[in-house]
Amino acid sequence: MKQIAVISGKGGTGKTVVTGSFAALAKNKVMVDCDVDAADLHLLLHPEVKERHEFRSGQTAVIDKKLCKKCGKCASVCRFGAIKSDYTIERFSCEGCALCSHICPRGAIRMEENVAGEWFVSDTQYGPFVHAKLGIAEENSGKLVAKIRQIAKELAQKQNLEYVIIDGPPGIGCPVIASLSGVDCALVVTEPTLSGLHDAKRVMEVVTYFNIPIKLVVNKYDLNPLMTGKIEEFCRSLNVPVIGKIAFDKTVVKALVEGTTVIEYAECAASNEVKKIWEDLQ
Amino acid sequence: MIISVASGKGGTGKTTVAVNLALSLKNIQFIDCDVEEPNAHIFLKPRIAGEKKANIPVPEVDEAKCTYCGKCREVCAYHAIAVLPGSDGKKGSVLIFPHLCHGCGACSLLCPQGAIKEVNKEIGAIEIGEKGNMQFIHGRLNIGEAMSPPLIRQVKEYINSTRIVIIDAPPGTSCPVITAVKESDFCMLVTEPTPFGLNDLILAVEVLRKLQIPFGVVINRSDIGDGKVEDYCANEHIPVLMKIPFSREIAVSYSEGVPIVEKDASYQDKFINLYLNICGIKNEANSRH
Ligand code: SF4
Ligand code: SF4
Ligand code: SF4
Ligand code: SF4
Repeated sequence: MKQIAVISGKGGTGKTVVTGSFAALAKNKVMVDCDVDAADLHLLLHPEVKERHEFRSGQTAVIDKKLCKKCGKCASVCRFGAIKSDYTIERFSCEGCALCSHICPRGAIRMEENVAGEWFVSDTQYGPFVHAKLGIAEENSGKLVAKIRQIAKELAQKQNLEYVIIDGPPGIGCPVIASLSGVDCALVVTEPTLSGLHDAKRVMEVVTYFNIPIKLVVNKYDLNPLMTGKIEEFCRSLNVPVIGKIAFDKTVVKALVEGTTVIEYAECAASNEVKKIWEDLQ
Repeated sequence: MIISVASGKGGTGKTTVAVNLALSLKNIQFIDCDVEEPNAHIFLKPRIAGEKKANIPVPEVDEAKCTYCGKCREVCAYHAIAVLPGSDGKKGSVLIFPHLCHGCGACSLLCPQGAIKEVNKEIGAIEIGEKGNMQFIHGRLNIGEAMSPPLIRQVKEYINSTRIVIIDAPPGTSCPVITAVKESDFCMLVTEPTPFGLNDLILAVEVLRKLQIPFGVVINRSDIGDGKVEDYCANEHIPVLMKIPFSREIAVSYSEGVPIVEKDASYQDKFINLYLNICGIKNEANSRH
């Protein structure tokens, strides 16, 4: 079994469009959407949810008004400014560290477990799909990513699937790190812009930091061929193979609007290039 | 006034809108809170005058005082401490996993022996600079560092609300975004008219409603895609503040790090209008209260 994570650093480079196309191309795989913050892959794969699970993680302080003597101790120790002047908790600021509950001389503070999201195992016409929805304004996306990756891996082992294909989140922080741990290859999808290059560099440093092999794809490469050249040059200097260059193609957006992958939507330059990229990854 | 610019989905043009708005107005303080992938500096090219390391406090145990009682392990909500008690005359040990530590201070405060002191761990850097009369600040998270909210909080300590503060927020709907947009007077959500854009816009709207921050929408590449984002905004009574049609010229100048207003000066008026639009909505909201 091989695990491939598609990441980008910068958002909106076409990562999910590429991952979605792999769903149409790869046989024997499980798809995983690790962009739990703003999941989009389901819009292409149209899952039929088979299993739905609560994701419990983290906690929030709650002050019992009847017991509280307004001594102010809790507010003085909270480093996250989560205790308001009327001794109620500002939910979105509370990190759930529980320090206030240990400090309160009246035992007035209890910690409540958060339901931080949901995760699903679904069927799609492309095979099994594991995905999740982080609750609005929740944290611990890294843990939720780790959870669904573990489920996907078990599923792949049980059903003898060849690939786990992961749509990763943008950025370089905790959910990205969780998406990368233990994968066999990271595919970086970038665009030929200064920001794309800047962010790809940073995310590639993260991948290298975890000792994972990298391959790179430049999406919309013809929007700025010069910049594409710079990205290729940069990749050469790191010995990172550039395995595809996808041209800017309005067909891609049209396929998206129809809710399908560009592979199935039409035979076009973009779909041919993505096919080539998938062949290279195998 | 603090205006944040966010988007559920990355790559919709959030930084473009933030940067061009900033360049069209005066007395701006620009704060890039997308500390995982800070990009605004590419377009603004500020002169950086100073850098400050950003640290979080992590515990350090004085083994001479420690009795291996295990209290610190017990109170750490993030499992960042393990205590191995001593046995057979062998000394125990306390292990600290700094990448799991949130710097809450519980262990040092609650250790009965006073054996824990806090030392700084670097998580990133904050750079301060200027572009003309614009003040510029951004944070940069170190590679391999998982937690961006503490750095975002430290970047936001520089907010000077006597200026018009523009915050470029990270994408998404979870902790980093919340940390960045909290306390804003207004938030602009930048989206694109595709199913992905709409899906992520709906999530971002939920976030702002929960935080009770007034907001409006900017539709980028407004002419490629479908009309569902506008339909959604109309149904939900969300003001569409501005529409930016796709143009290859804008896309190319973006790719080179050139802001739209520097390429096409007529856009300056459009961004000033965007600002006036926001002020109008703010005033209306205030008078209703
Ligand atoms: S420490 Fe306890 S009693 Fe004191 S203000 Fe906080 S909740 Fe109330
Ligand atoms: S749990 Fe921690 S973050 Fe939450 S209110 Fe208590 S001290 Fe503050
Ligand atoms: S609480 Fe203090 S004394 Fe107890 S194990 Fe931790 S450091 Fe040692
Ligand atoms: S400071 Fe808080 S999070 Fe860090 S080790 Fe101590 S108790 Fe755990």
